[in-house]
Amino acid sequence: MLDPVTLAVLQGRLEQIADEMDASLFRAAFNPTIAEARDASHGLYDAASGETLVQGKAGLPIFVGAMAYAVRAVIGHAAKTGDLAEGDVFLFNDPYDGGTHLSDFKLVRPYFRDDALFCWLASVGHWHDVGGNVPGNYNPSARECFQEGMLIPPVRLYAAGVLRSDIIDIVLANSRLPGSAYGDLHGQINALDLGAKRLDALLDEHGAASVAGAFVALRARAARLMRANIAELPDGHYSAEDFLDNDGASDTPLRIALDLTIAGERLVLDFSRSAPACLGPLNIARSTAIAACYVALKHVFRDVPANAGVLEPVEVIIAEGSLLDARWPKPVGGYTETILRLIDVVFVALAEAAPERVNGCAYGTINALSIAGHRADGRRFVMFSFFGGGHGGHPEGDGLNHGNAPISTATIPPVEILEAAYPVLFRQWALRPDSGGAGRQRGGLGAIYEIELLESHADVFLFGERARFAPPGVCGGGPGALNRFTVLTRAGDVTPPLGAKLVGFSLARGERVRLETPGGGGYGPAAERAPSAIAADLALGYSTLAGECGA
Amino acid sequence: MSGASLVVGVDVGGTFTDLFFLDEASGRCWIGKVPSTRGREAEGFLAGLADLAPGDIRTIVHGTTVGTNALLERRGGKAALLTTEGFRDVLEMRRRDRPRTWGLWGQFTPVVPRDRRREVAERIRADGSIDTPLDEDSLVAEARALLAEGVEALAVCFINAYANPAHERRAGALLRALWPNDYVTISSDILPEIREFERTSTTVLNAYLQPVVARYLDRLEQDLATAGITGQLLIVQSNGGVMSVADARARPVRTALSGPAAGVIAAAHIAASAGFANVVTGDVGGTSFDVSLIANGETAIAAQSSLDFGLVVRTPMIEITTIGAGGGSIAWVDRGGLLQIGPESAGAIPGPACYGAGGERPTLTDAQVLLGRINAERPIGGKLAALDVAAARAAIVRDVATPLGLTAEAAAEAILRVANSRMAGAIRLVSIERGHDPRDFALMPFGGGGGLHAGALLREVGLRCALLPRFPGVTSALGCVIADMRHDFVQTLNRPLAALDTAALHREIQRCAAEGAALLERAGVAFTGREIAVGLDMLYQGQTHSVAVKLDWQDARPPDRGAIAEAFATRYRAVYGGVLADIAPLVMNLHVAVIGRRPKLDLAALAPQSGSLEEARRGTRAVFADGAWHTAPVFDRATLPIDACVMGPAVLEQADTTIFVDRGLRARVDRFGNVILEGIEP
Repeated sequence: MLDPVTLAVLQGRLEQIADEMDASLFRAAFNPTIAEARDASHGLYDAASGETLVQGKAGLPIFVGAMAYAVRAVIGHAAKTGDLAEGDVFLFNDPYDGGTHLSDFKLVRPYFRDDALFCWLASVGHWHDVGGNVPGNYNPSARECFQEGMLIPPVRLYAAGVLRSDIIDIVLANSRLPGSAYGDLHGQINALDLGAKRLDALLDEHGAASVAGAFVALRARAARLMRANIAELPDGHYSAEDFLDNDGASDTPLRIALDLTIAGERLVLDFSRSAPACLGPLNIARSTAIAACYVALKHVFRDVPANAGVLEPVEVIIAEGSLLDARWPKPVGGYTETILRLIDVVFVALAEAAPERVNGCAYGTINALSIAGHRADGRRFVMFSFFGGGHGGHPEGDGLNHGNAPISTATIPPVEILEAAYPVLFRQWALRPDSGGAGRQRGGLGAIYEIELLESHADVFLFGERARFAPPGVCGGGPGALNRFTVLTRAGDVTPPLGAKLVGFSLARGERVRLETPGGGGYGPAAERAPSAIAADLALGYSTLAGECGA
Repeated sequence: MSGASLVVGVDVGGTFTDLFFLDEASGRCWIGKVPSTRGREAEGFLAGLADLAPGDIRTIVHGTTVGTNALLERRGGKAALLTTEGFRDVLEMRRRDRPRTWGLWGQFTPVVPRDRRREVAERIRADGSIDTPLDEDSLVAEARALLAEGVEALAVCFINAYANPAHERRAGALLRALWPNDYVTISSDILPEIREFERTSTTVLNAYLQPVVARYLDRLEQDLATAGITGQLLIVQSNGGVMSVADARARPVRTALSGPAAGVIAAAHIAASAGFANVVTGDVGGTSFDVSLIANGETAIAAQSSLDFGLVVRTPMIEITTIGAGGGSIAWVDRGGLLQIGPESAGAIPGPACYGAGGERPTLTDAQVLLGRINAERPIGGKLAALDVAAARAAIVRDVATPLGLTAEAAAEAILRVANSRMAGAIRLVSIERGHDPRDFALMPFGGGGGLHAGALLREVGLRCALLPRFPGVTSALGCVIADMRHDFVQTLNRPLAALDTAALHREIQRCAAEGAALLERAGVAFTGREIAVGLDMLYQGQTHSVAVKLDWQDARPPDRGAIAEAFATRYRAVYGGVLADIAPLVMNLHVAVIGRRPKLDLAALAPQSGSLEEARRGTRAVFADGAWHTAPVFDRATLPIDACVMGPAVLEQADTTIFVDRGLRARVDRFGNVILEGIEP
């Protein structure tokens, strides 16, 4: 039994190893989605079960839950072949086993100590382009994963320490941006090397038995913390449902329904009443769905650490064949939208049980917008970015204006960087008045981005949601404003028939696109809002008398 | 004035104002300490100078937290922003971030509210061409309206002004003509660098600080004049260099981290004198532990810093990494049964339990008192007569020992161990994680609590030794006395190296150098030498993080493209291990630093002149370490002579700090009076 002081010390050291792996890849990555948006993650995983032992704090939150499945997929693969060796490194992007979507390439490496498997190290990063029909891989019209990109099952990138360069050749031949992919791959390999080196030093210093003991104790402690959190909530059944606009194929809403049960120290999240698998890329794998629940719970119970113990007292029920149980070859490229909705229903359901711990829903869509074409000299350009929106009102105050998505910690590139790199001119980059949901604490404001094309022609792609169903408030708070996308053409304004999904719309010089993102949902009844706060909102122009959300 | 030979460094901290005096004629130096007078900083400042003949003072160099505090406490002036149509919310939208990864309860209130952010029709494109001309009439009308509303300070930031400052310059001229004071800040003057949020934030914070810092400096100058002190006043910047009062009034944002920067400058000098080029500084304060790295004698400079969520200041500043573990940090056991230190702090009021001022929760200081590391009968600082050991013990027993099933002593030792482990993590972050070998580095603790943790940190990180300066409590004041004058310039170029106009680059460097030289001239300070440091931020096309490349620049000839390419490749290889031959390098920013070297103090002047080990002996004290009580000799540090050697466990006490020499360590006094702590060879 490890003493509590050594345990505290080891916890800090282990977290630092994972954090350092994150930092190493962020610095070295070529691709802005990793370097700026931090769409990557690293951690240590259990030798036998693949469960998360420690994960870096700086990486993308959604990976905190998902990576255990990636490691488990490799464990399954290695068990079949039966020849796991020290120095092996596995590479793959299969989302059905490993979670998330094809863009996320996972590297998984066994870590040996004294000739025995001690734990696993893993690195995941969102690559710039992995083939498929649409540059950047956000393809609302995909019907199978083959239209989204290449699919690589767990294969050995290194076999017993020897690099298999033919694997790299195959992968790079399937990307539009092989240089970027090559750079990111090397960054990930280096991050794993660094992790192994730091782990060597830690085990030399404290002994393998102590560190292994710490893994067990930290997991038990996380489970204990989570049980204590759940036990504080009143027992009962709570339900919430919300809808995705459509699947990109037909304009039919997709239900995401949650029946949440609290019984003592146990929590059951039952998604059985959710929609069946859909034609378009809004499906997610079961592992992705569980990871999303983890993210939602960690936003509510901030003190629980990032390891598998957190999910010990939690049961997640997903029906077979559901939208949340995607099987090969269902498209999953838009997984971000579905998990954001999953997180929203968890907040709304928990609001009934624990109103003092939750917040209104955030804007709930990543709005992946790309404007792509060729310059006069023939060079190709692809401006690709995710856009922000409002966060929900909460017990301590109004929601944050223009925040990032709950599944991410990404920052947005500055206007000046985008304008320097691409032939576009922003006419507006502003807060969107009246977009915050009404409430005692109102939702944060979404944004308005208006972008003019300076080149003769470009194609516009958008992958977004919340154009039909607004981000809900909680505890009596009102919804935020809907997502709105408009193309301002010479012939007049055009709105996409599917709301916030658009594929290859042709834009000419001087024409503009205008994206108005949702605000967050409100917290508490609007009637209880302080008159001084209402007056301040009007004076500052956060809301107007004619405002649509009535905040 | 002719006989004036005193240089005084004054560091105004939260609790004390520290002074360091150097008589340049005789080489003599001494220190002073007076209570700070919060809100009336000049009074404490003058009290510290009271014993001097006013005419003897030649130069006063001042490290100030007036700007830092105004930012943290939101007590700046009433400022307004004039910006490009469509962009008034850039300041509030930030870079679309949130305060914490986990939990969505963030809030952000910009220092200039939305109704004081006004838009003006104008637009410049990324290539510097004009898309929409400046609407001068509406600019003037908005400024007049803001003035009528009682606005004191104006910030102007137009989109893409880094690429073409014409509109901002014109706006500046129009506004200065009508504005009743000097508080007009133009973004392209203060930071002509790409990235509109960072530039807007820095410009706005400058305007916000201007009234407060200028008023403070005006009053200070007046008070000094009234006291008959006519010597020159210089202000320490966050980059560790000093500037004139006039420059500080115009660029107060550059003082945002003035105080801690001076401490690091002093550390670099003390360490270099003592023969250590590689140092990690560790400042243990009341609520935080600040770490900074000095490699090969050079302090690490960060391009920007956030003082709080969304309060981004982008000016070069000494890179200081802070974690929330200081003497007042509270120890507690979380619901998962794990011992935690901080981030909550007991602060100065009520303070640790042992202060007996109403603090009931155990802190790091309480653990030190319980273990006998701190002298409860003679606490440092002189505000309290004695510390309440029983109160410290009761708090530790209740909140830590009982929940963990430990004895009080074991619990106190556990608190120190967890705190040391967190401090060690911060040191690893700036050393090992940046590719440095800790065995090449000395630790220099300063601040009141540094000497208590040095031994443990040495062992935990594997550092070579610890160097405890002779007067650790006044390190920042000493730094003021020796800091160079420094002016930093930046200009975004954003050009592929292959297309870089090196003649134009040369002219730009010359322009910055001339502007810097003029600032040095105007300050009227005597320099022992001058230096111009030129650097480029470079990256491969497609990357977003750049590397800082030093340029060997001579006024006689323009920089050579081949040499730049080679310098980039060398730097890139050093950072990432290899270069990318097929991808084109890009030059993002030019940096020019113009430095006026000020005379360095010979630290031998500080060395003990006499004394002996026996004279220094102050009896013994029971000290708990490594699970048992030991009888440790106590020495008066100030009386220890050069070459004195003390084996651990031992305690060295001085007026403003205590050094604990752990078992297995040896303390040695070097020829400057520094204490070197190192392991005894097995």
